[in-house]
Amino acid sequence: MSKSNFTRRGVLKTGAMSAGGLALPTILTAASHAGYTNAPTGSTVTLGFNVPQTGPYADEGADELRAYELAVEHLNGGGDGGMLSTFSSKELDGSGILGKKVEFVTGDTQTKSDAARASAKSMIEKDGAVMITGGSSSGVAVAVQGLCQEAGVIFMAGLTHSNDTTGKDKKANGFRHFFNAYMSAAALAPVLQKLYGSDRKAYHLTADYTWGWTQEESIAAATEAMGWETVEKVKTPLAATDFSSYIAPVLNSGADVLVLNHYGGNMVNSLTNAVQFGLREKQVNGKNFEIVVPLYSRLMAKGAGENVKGIHGSTNWHWSLQDEGSKAFVKSFGTKYGFPPSQAAHTCYVQTLLYADAATRQARSTPVALRKHWKGLNSTVSATARHCIAPTITSASKMFWWCAGKKTQHPSSTFLKWSKSHLRHRSPMPPITRCLPVVNWDHVTPAHNRAA
Amino acid sequence: MDAIILQILNGLDKGSAYALIALGLTLIFGTLGVVNFAHGALFMIGAFCAVTVQRILTLSYEVVDETQTDFLGNPLKVKVPYVESWFGPETGAAIIDWAVPLAILFAIPIMIAIGFIMERGLIKHFYKRPHADQILVTFGLAIVLQEVIKYFYGANPIPTGAPDVFRGSFDFGVLLGFDPNAIIYPYWRLVYFSFAALIIGGVFAFLQFTTFGMVVRAGMADRETVGLLGINIDRRFTIMFGLAAAVAGLAGVMYAPINSPNYHMGMDFLVLSFVVVVVGGMGSLPGAVLAGFLLGILESFASMNEVKSILPGIDQIIIYLVAIIILLTRPRGLMGRKGVMED
Repeated sequence: MSKSNFTRRGVLKTGAMSAGGLALPTILTAASHAGYTNAPTGSTVTLGFNVPQTGPYADEGADELRAYELAVEHLNGGGDGGMLSTFSSKELDGSGILGKKVEFVTGDTQTKSDAARASAKSMIEKDGAVMITGGSSSGVAVAVQGLCQEAGVIFMAGLTHSNDTTGKDKKANGFRHFFNAYMSAAALAPVLQKLYGSDRKAYHLTADYTWGWTQEESIAAATEAMGWETVEKVKTPLAATDFSSYIAPVLNSGADVLVLNHYGGNMVNSLTNAVQFGLREKQVNGKNFEIVVPLYSRLMAKGAGENVKGIHGSTNWHWSLQDEGSKAFVKSFGTKYGFPPSQAAHTCYVQTLLYADAATRQARSTPVALRKHWKGLNSTVSATARHCIAPTITSASKMFWWCAGKKTQHPSSTFLKWSKSHLRHRSPMPPITRCLPVVNWDHVTPAHNRAA
Repeated sequence: MDAIILQILNGLDKGSAYALIALGLTLIFGTLGVVNFAHGALFMIGAFCAVTVQRILTLSYEVVDETQTDFLGNPLKVKVPYVESWFGPETGAAIIDWAVPLAILFAIPIMIAIGFIMERGLIKHFYKRPHADQILVTFGLAIVLQEVIKYFYGANPIPTGAPDVFRGSFDFGVLLGFDPNAIIYPYWRLVYFSFAALIIGGVFAFLQFTTFGMVVRAGMADRETVGLLGINIDRRFTIMFGLAAAVAGLAGVMYAPINSPNYHMGMDFLVLSFVVVVVGGMGSLPGAVLAGFLLGILESFASMNEVKSILPGIDQIIIYLVAIIILLTRPRGLMGRKGVMED
């Protein structure tokens, strides 16, 4: 007989205790019970708008903030009501969220993960924000999303294009409206094929961080599938300002298409440099040399000035879309501020209304209830497919999509269908995404219907 | 071979910017003994002089055009620049097109004035303080200047194009007997390099061949003795500060068409320019210029794909790596003199 202390009962007891100990922190967060740490008390609901107010994306952040202020105004019954009247759901009647007046606090992400987390934390703990939204970078979105998960509040992501935000780095409390790199690639590929043919050699310059990698991967996969050859993939440092030494060898490489997987300042500079080198006037392999910038932002494109003419890219939304929701939003935004909203503004406005609508419908603004609400729309939906749900629960962002190169008005229900099939396949992204506005940035006022 | 020539050419214009900024830094350090971390901000302000001139020239009045509509369906307000209505559309457009070269004339007095104000208003109070204090105060000043620019011009880059004549690129390859398109180089970068060479030559000539320059050089070597000779060396040094500011500013003006100016472009260049100064040798003007071009060309080589496939990430560290090697083998930098920063 060995005198071991490892009895079955002992092991079970210790195991249960340590499991209980490990589980303890999550018991204390809101996700595990209905009442919740920052439940709105008193007569108001506080939302936290976490946008870059300083740093290189400050202008984009300012546009996000304009949209948030407009959304709050509309939720509280001010202005012309914007998109609210175009909703199929009539829950939002201008009386705030659940009859409580909507107030907001703002934070500055500085487009730095630690600063963004700190400002979100302060808004949650000090100001009692029940929902955090905004941001202009995937890195920030992932960081803040994690914090919101821990704190038990909902995170409605602002601008984030990385596949990972709702893929590898997904969190149950994080919801996205903005599209991703996979969708850009799937939407662009048929258009590029139509414009430039199937026999092309592509040269990729890619910002050396998560977003850049996922976009390069997605675009290369989609273009290779239609017959293009990828000649070279070059990573450029995020801090690079002059791209001449990366662009100079492109012409001599035999490539006839340059794909710039850059955003923000990187995009402005690399595109400006490429145009300076006269790439677009060159002929290679008997074809006109072309430049593709898969992710476009109208605000950023302004920085590149004339250089963006005739270059194709994808965007989540554009103010010239003619659906009722977009028209109503452009009208209220344009009347209030005097210029059309950016895609960042659109996403942020829609995210706020989506949150308010879901919270009102569910009557309890807790993450658990919200999740149930959104899940209820699609009984089999799991966290992986969540990014498809947001557009489903409202017709707010119904718009013209590019479906395999054809313009159609997309029935919002399609999202549900696809997310189900996606669930079966467990692929990181649902196969919904042939459908996105593809734009030709003539005069920086793209006409999505001109791309074909 | 063609790839090597290509990267040397590429390095030249990057090197020109480094050399111009480092030259100004060395001038200030050599004369006033101050390490000026606000020098990158001066470069940035120079670029924004170009933006400002462009804005002034495109100042417009609005004409309501009933035939077109804006995004809300109201009649479109078309902007007509005053310049175009005064000088006729063609001459007006040509003037606007040449905004960047015109900005040089505008930038020189502005930059000298900013240099004067900076030196007399702030930096002179820190001559007797340790270098750490000087670095902190100038760095703080750089942040303040950045934020001021951001307040007025926003955070987004502002496109400031070169004149139309300089658009496109020159095919060097054909000139040297290579295939067409093997070695191409944008015209404006050629202009930038020539301009930098001109400015550098001008500064050296000024210091070498004028009495003023001679006094300044004497002051750099032995400030006390020059002072004892009854020469007001401080005033001359203040003028040199203004000159250094103008050099940085002009580098910025001409850089505006290469990369659209934004408020933090100065910081992007500042750290590298310091490395350039240290590698070149603290206080050595030819050293700064030499190291500027050397590091510019090395950086270009390091970003070649062939090099990056052997040593990934080398393009980000090459400058610092070379700086370490040079400082280990020649602690005073390439052309540093004995006794500078050594007491």
